[in-house]
Amino acid sequence: MDLFPLWNSLRIAGISTALIFFLGILAAYYIARLPRAVKGVLDVILTLPLVLPPTVVGFLLLRVLGPRRPVGAFLLEHFGVRLTMTWWSAVFATAAVIFPLMYRTCRGAFESFDESLAAAGKTLGLSNAYIFWRVRMPACRPGILAGTVLSFARALGEYGATSMIAGYTPGRTATISTTVYQLWRTNDDGLAFRWVLVNIAISFAVLLAVNLLEKRERRR
Amino acid sequence: MLTVDIEKKLKGFTLQAAFTAGDETLALLGASGCGKSMTLRCVAGVEKPDRGRITLDGETLFDSDRHINLPPQQRRAGLMFQHGALFPTMTVEKNVACGARRDLKGEALRRAVDEALCQFGIAELRGRLPGQLSGGQQQRVALARILIGKPRILMLDEPFSALDSHLRFRMEQETRQVIRRFGKTVLLVSHDRDEVYRMADRVAILENGRVSRAGSRSEVFADPGTRAACALTGCKNVSAIRRLDGRHALALDWGVTLTLPLQPGADALGIRMHSIRPGEGENAFRCRVAEVIENPFSYTVMLRPLDAPPDSASIGWEMEKPVWQRLAAEEITVHFPVDGILQLKG
Repeated sequence: MDLFPLWNSLRIAGISTALIFFLGILAAYYIARLPRAVKGVLDVILTLPLVLPPTVVGFLLLRVLGPRRPVGAFLLEHFGVRLTMTWWSAVFATAAVIFPLMYRTCRGAFESFDESLAAAGKTLGLSNAYIFWRVRMPACRPGILAGTVLSFARALGEYGATSMIAGYTPGRTATISTTVYQLWRTNDDGLAFRWVLVNIAISFAVLLAVNLLEKRERRR
Repeated sequence: MLTVDIEKKLKGFTLQAAFTAGDETLALLGASGCGKSMTLRCVAGVEKPDRGRITLDGETLFDSDRHINLPPQQRRAGLMFQHGALFPTMTVEKNVACGARRDLKGEALRRAVDEALCQFGIAELRGRLPGQLSGGQQQRVALARILIGKPRILMLDEPFSALDSHLRFRMEQETRQVIRRFGKTVLLVSHDRDEVYRMADRVAILENGRVSRAGSRSEVFADPGTRAACALTGCKNVSAIRRLDGRHALALDWGVTLTLPLQPGADALGIRMHSIRPGEGENAFRCRVAEVIENPFSYTVMLRPLDAPPDSASIGWEMEKPVWQRLAAEEITVHFPVDGILQLKG
């Protein structure tokens, strides 16, 4: 069994989760303090990828990044970089799909943070940076951790947008989910089933990790 | 010495707080949502007034005309939040260390923290997280965390509101000692008149965002000035009046005529439940006993003057249990001594 899809899935999910970890926290932190009207509109826009079918996300991404579309054409012409049909193209797809997940869980965590803690910190002479990293972030840690793990899990399972923007090339862009589909389509049920088991094992481990984390956080 | 003269637009009203406080405890007494907490937050620098000036020991903390707004980190103004605002992920020791002066490092910091922990009797709790402490212990940690930084002023925002009543009394006592040791300006925000009277030297009453009355605690409680202030100081019997002449007023809510030297502008009278006296005397009238309410250590007797109209309010009279046990009757004559009657405006 060629393990490339496993490795490819893990690196795509890892990179996109790392990216979205920072983007999600930043977006959540700044949007949580905006006036309510602006917040409402931004919130809808940023959450949209969560409820849209992944194929719609993939379609929209291709409209922007495709080789004959504005951004894609520009990069291809000036830098010779092709944004689609490479293994890392899938990062765009998974990042777009998991961003709302990270953003929303972090925002929830930030919004339930008791602002009087930050105010108390200031009156005690603590710097704003210290308050952010040592008071706010630790208090919001359970939410941020949960968001990160869930994002990673979702990224691992991404199929729709990934298959549209990165396609399925064995040994180059194949991920677990696209491999399962291709194997099933070509009647290779035996191998498909082995990949299904791999996938279930990973998801099981991730969810177990979430539960253990939650239990540990609750004990603190 | 603290001077405050600020204005800030809030939901529904404009806060216009103006007062000064020396090395004493000044209580801001007001109904909830009257801007008392906001005033403390403005002094601490975590909220910004729209206009005005705040100075502390001669240093300007805020001045809208000169565009001065010192960040809270530089004000050295200690503010204790309602629930202590301890950092939940840090141990007691770490929380207290957070309040220490920034220039304390290593051994000096450890010694200062140890000293503060001992002083507040929380040394054994040093390794605990705030979530594992009782309300009173949290309060002590919060005070230690503020005072280790040697603030120039101590502000307490409803410090005992989250505590059970028995603990409350003990914490109040402890806090009084802390205040005595501190020796500088203390601002106390509260809506509890007993707490205010026990803890403060002076009282400022905040009403509709303004200081309607300020003075020593005995002055303010003896002559609160307005109806709202009268209610805040715990007087429950208040009646609007119609002036008959300079010495006579008809108390409209009670349906009785009272004789007293009326102050210009007074349009209501109040009498505290324990200022009413039995028997003949100034302003005596006969009343029917409408209800007798038994409190743990006293009786509250609700009176209705005999010739009062049927829709008039009853008057509460509170006395020690043995007194009522001696007087108990269906009808009784009481009198309102003139120096017990509060003359009120608005």
